[in-house]
Amino acid sequence: MRPAAKDTAESQRRITRRALFLGASQLAFVGALGARMRYLQVDQADQYRLLADENRINIRLLPPARGLIYDRNGVPLATNKQVYRITIVREDAGDVDEVVARLNALVPIPPEELERALEEMKRRSSFVPVTIADRLKWEDIAEVAVNAPALPGITPEVGLTRNYPMANDFAHIIGYVGAVNKADLNRVDDRDPLLQIPRFQIGKIGVEAKLERTLRGKAGTKRIEVNAVGRVMRELGREEGISGANLQLTIDSGLQNYVQARLAGESAAAVVIDTVTGDLLAIGSTPAFDPNKFVNGISQADYNALLENKYRPLPNKAMQGIYPPGSTFKMMTALAALEAGVVTSEDTVKCKGYVEVGGRRFHCWKRAGHGNVNLHNSLKKSCDVFYYEMAQRAGVERISAMARRFGFGTKFDIPMSSVAKGLAPTKAWKLENRGAEWVIGDSLNASIGQGFVLSSPLQQAVMTARIATGKAVIPRLIKSIDGVDVPIEGGEDMDLNENNLRLVRKGMFAVSNVSGGTAYRSRILGDEYRMAGKTGTSQVGNKVVRNSDVAWEKRDHALFVSYAPYDNPRIAVSVVVEHGGGGSKAAAPIARDIVLQALYGGLPPVSAYPKADRWRIQKEQRALPLRDPNATAEESDQA
Amino acid sequence: MSYLEHNVKTVPTGLHKILYLNWAVILLLASVSGIGFLMLYSVAGGSMTPWAEPQMKRFALGMGLLFFIAMVPIWFWRNMSVLAYGVSVALLLGVQFFGTTHMGAKRWIDLGFMELQPSELAKISLIMVLAAYYDWLDIRKTSRPIWVIIPLLIILIPTALVLIQPDLGTAILLVAGGGIIMFLAGVSWLYFAAVIGAVAGAITAVFQFRGTDWQFLKDYQYRRIDTFLDPASDPLGAGYHITQSKIALGSGGWTGRGFMQGTQARLNFLPEKHTDFIFTTLAEEFGFLGAFSLLGLYTLIIVFCITSALKNKDRFASLITLGVAATLFLFFAVNMSMVMGLAPVVGVPLPLVSYGGSAMLVLLIAFGLMQSAHVHRPR
Repeated sequence: MRPAAKDTAESQRRITRRALFLGASQLAFVGALGARMRYLQVDQADQYRLLADENRINIRLLPPARGLIYDRNGVPLATNKQVYRITIVREDAGDVDEVVARLNALVPIPPEELERALEEMKRRSSFVPVTIADRLKWEDIAEVAVNAPALPGITPEVGLTRNYPMANDFAHIIGYVGAVNKADLNRVDDRDPLLQIPRFQIGKIGVEAKLERTLRGKAGTKRIEVNAVGRVMRELGREEGISGANLQLTIDSGLQNYVQARLAGESAAAVVIDTVTGDLLAIGSTPAFDPNKFVNGISQADYNALLENKYRPLPNKAMQGIYPPGSTFKMMTALAALEAGVVTSEDTVKCKGYVEVGGRRFHCWKRAGHGNVNLHNSLKKSCDVFYYEMAQRAGVERISAMARRFGFGTKFDIPMSSVAKGLAPTKAWKLENRGAEWVIGDSLNASIGQGFVLSSPLQQAVMTARIATGKAVIPRLIKSIDGVDVPIEGGEDMDLNENNLRLVRKGMFAVSNVSGGTAYRSRILGDEYRMAGKTGTSQVGNKVVRNSDVAWEKRDHALFVSYAPYDNPRIAVSVVVEHGGGGSKAAAPIARDIVLQALYGGLPPVSAYPKADRWRIQKEQRALPLRDPNATAEESDQA
Repeated sequence: MSYLEHNVKTVPTGLHKILYLNWAVILLLASVSGIGFLMLYSVAGGSMTPWAEPQMKRFALGMGLLFFIAMVPIWFWRNMSVLAYGVSVALLLGVQFFGTTHMGAKRWIDLGFMELQPSELAKISLIMVLAAYYDWLDIRKTSRPIWVIIPLLIILIPTALVLIQPDLGTAILLVAGGGIIMFLAGVSWLYFAAVIGAVAGAITAVFQFRGTDWQFLKDYQYRRIDTFLDPASDPLGAGYHITQSKIALGSGGWTGRGFMQGTQARLNFLPEKHTDFIFTTLAEEFGFLGAFSLLGLYTLIIVFCITSALKNKDRFASLITLGVAATLFLFFAVNMSMVMGLAPVVGVPLPLVSYGGSAMLVLLIAFGLMQSAHVHRPR
């Protein structure tokens, strides 16, 4: 049947209408698509381009070389050593087992390390390099490089690790670095992305930790393009990092070596300070440990051995050890009394071995008594009763104030993990901290450096330097940073009566130069290097028996402070031998040897020692396990 | 007997017909395909393999088919409509039994030399059969319910078969394409209003029943809708496609990063970079100007088709021409909406540009029909 023409025309019209409507709708939709396109591509372009770059560009950090540490004469103390490791890329290796077997034949890989590497390889994408052997010798790497064609996917890589050529000598001063761990990340508020690098080394204790920011340097960056699964496509650019700043310490590595050797065998500490500049020339603390062991992670057995050692090798006793100063404190009491005008050089006090105050009997160390004692002899013979009298005349507030002027209770700004503050007690302090009133007995104890008085070997050395010069010497450990000298601080006149100071110094001279002085046996011969000093014995617990009759940890601490030369002071030395017994016997000879070593810049001539002791001392000195300076230089060349 | 047959003598014959082809449309199709080759070359990292070369071969084959179909009088194709539809439905049924499965969907029949996607054939045969139906139907019956239900069934049978594959994208295209033919044929507005109302109700119901035992869509389909509504919610999971696609588009800017300089596709951040998401590479490398130009080319094709249809007094010819144009429109509109984050990711290729044999061949066959209608129009 043929459709009517009218129908056909109607049909045409209808289709036309509908087609035009549909066409218009389609155009409208195309317009909407165009608008959306414009919005995404033009209006939002910047934002999306950034996102696209974030997608494809990864920033890899290039760890900077850590700053080196030298002693005052430029001897390297902390260096960076090249270490070699081998990485393997699974997809390049093809048959991993075969390649690993061949590698193992060249370079023995510990089974557990191999297992870890194979495990990691399974976990990671096939193109990620996995470290298969670490801390290899150059010879091993050379072997691998020669056999490279037989080892597809194997790449030798070079990295840097920390090395301490002086090993134990600087363990407490420089400390050590170690791989950054979770605790480090939580502890420090440090946003440096370098810390996110696995096994990145940061300072854990000592100067390495305290001057971490200075030594670390600034990370370089490598911009690489990666695809969606993280495969590196190409390097887009790199910006080299900035190496960490090099440090120069005030320490003399030769003297430091001597001090450590001389203190060896004891649980002891010694500080040598330049009386003029405040430079710390040596900071001894024994026993020590090898910081190199910590760099790559110390074994649990080694660490436990250090922890269980009753001589406590880990803390730096010179900085964080606090001890009652004992009789070395008597200079403070004497100066306080002199400055207060409550005593003169002629005044004498009768010592009958004890004095009764407030119904209690306070003994002199010499039970028989010293008889009539003036200030000079009170120092020379270390008479306690004289100072009990001074304490009553001057009062504890004056004594403590004097001690604070000499550094007690001051936390010196030394870049070390822990620097002790010490204590010069006052009445208010006792009330606040012990909840008890100050009693006269406390003053008497304080006057001879017992009771509440506490100081570190560093503070003892500073005190001695200040006595020797009358200047407010401030200790300094860092000599220069990246060749720029660190300014010397302090050194202002302490504004003390020179006559009073001279009186005290004369007393100290007598201690170690005049027959009857407590350290006469440790005197130095030769006019230009005379030593002034003061012994100290600080009680550990109350006892009436002799030191040799009690267990080591209950014996008294032996102390000695000294400066030299007497006429023209250059160095001050403090020595503490924990539980060493009497200061004159255990500490003074050590201090004397250190002084001589420092002044002569090496082993002194035998003429410096009293004749009777020469043969014995010479034998002892020869037996000391000192580092050969030439060997040191050679080793540092390699590093 | 149709009006057409009275004018047969005025219709060009023989090879002479080539002069009467709608050459503008052919050139536009070639241009769009050319852009496709460029992009396939680019996403392969500057290589003719694995995509550009096969695509060019298919284009050559498709163009041959186009010319062949264009040479055959349109009334022959009208008479073949029912058969084509029948074959399509049979193949769709066959897919369920003999089909091969890729990525969880059973869409392909392996013919040995190529994998045929019957749902693509269904798109064109559905338009043919509907156009033939309305050519046959008395115009006054067009809006009568019984004569509306028949084309609805014609649409829904292949749609249902495609949905169970599952292939939501093609199902939507089938319904929309069929609906457009019904609309053009003059079915009353009221039916469309009713259907739109019903769909709105159904969507509400779909979401109402989500999470219950009676939920209508599969979980992955719900998730696609979720990520469409808020792609940022799951940037590495379900929203990854849309997010990365928008980044690629946006980073193109006005003029793009330059040919072969797009980083998103080259570094594999883009999923399906050679198929459904190829538009993003074009937009990244040639920017807004490039992307908008492609949109312009598509629009021109549609404009030429509508013009041709309006000049054609034959009902079947008009409807088939408009239907082909509508199919092309639906393809690129859905694809572009999808990659620009305006529609859910439903898996519709960018016509003539995306890599894929069936889609390109079917589109060129469809345009062959359009050309046949154009050449053999009553004069």
